[in-house]
Amino acid sequence: MSIEISRNFVDAILEQSRAEYPDEACGVILGPVGSGKALRIKAMINAAHSPTFYEFDPKDLLALYREIDDLDEEIVVIYHSHTDTEAHPSRTDIAYAGEPGAHYVLVSTRTDIAPQTEFRSYRIIDGVATEESVVITD
Amino acid sequence: MSIEVRIPTILRPFTKDQKVVSTTGSTLSEAIANLGVQYPGIAERLLENGALRRFINVYVNDEDVRFSGALESALKPGDSITILPAVAGG
Repeated sequence: MSIEISRNFVDAILEQSRAEYPDEACGVILGPVGSGKALRIKAMINAAHSPTFYEFDPKDLLALYREIDDLDEEIVVIYHSHTDTEAHPSRTDIAYAGEPGAHYVLVSTRTDIAPQTEFRSYRIIDGVATEESVVITD
Repeated sequence: MSIEVRIPTILRPFTKDQKVVSTTGSTLSEAIANLGVQYPGIAERLLENGALRRFINVYVNDEDVRFSGALESALKPGDSITILPAVAGG
């Protein structure tokens, strides 16, 4: 299992995460239905505005689904940042993971480790998180 | 005329992979109860202690039901319900 993500998207996610610190940052990468390709990044607002929680605003969530339905896209990646803990799914990340087809990308903005080493991806299905490799393309 | 219900991926195992199903009911509560009869198990995934689960978003005609009466939201034939799991975590 692996996910291919372009360097530009990795940089954009890390940049957004640092900009929104100390809140968690979040967003999605979309791709054509069935392709599994992460082609279009869309930053989302963390409606929780919290260093320990993120949630897409319910209105934004509906708008996102309407948009991707119209464009024949699907959510390929759901990403969010952890502000001061490792880039591993928390108990709540696993409990609320509602997209069995998505890759859940976690980054950490903690500064005691270079952020580039903390860009990780997981599948979260039926309450089990399984890490997969991230292939960064140019 | 019935009420259209859009089912998210995670609940499609209950609806034999159907993305859109139809049901009846004059309130959201009735519609979910009827949906539960048609597709056993699905109502439990939407409700907890008699209320909508916190991390399930339900919209009637694109209106978040939390602001329109929650389970008591009125429905009329031709209305559309959309169910989306919250994208949230810690």
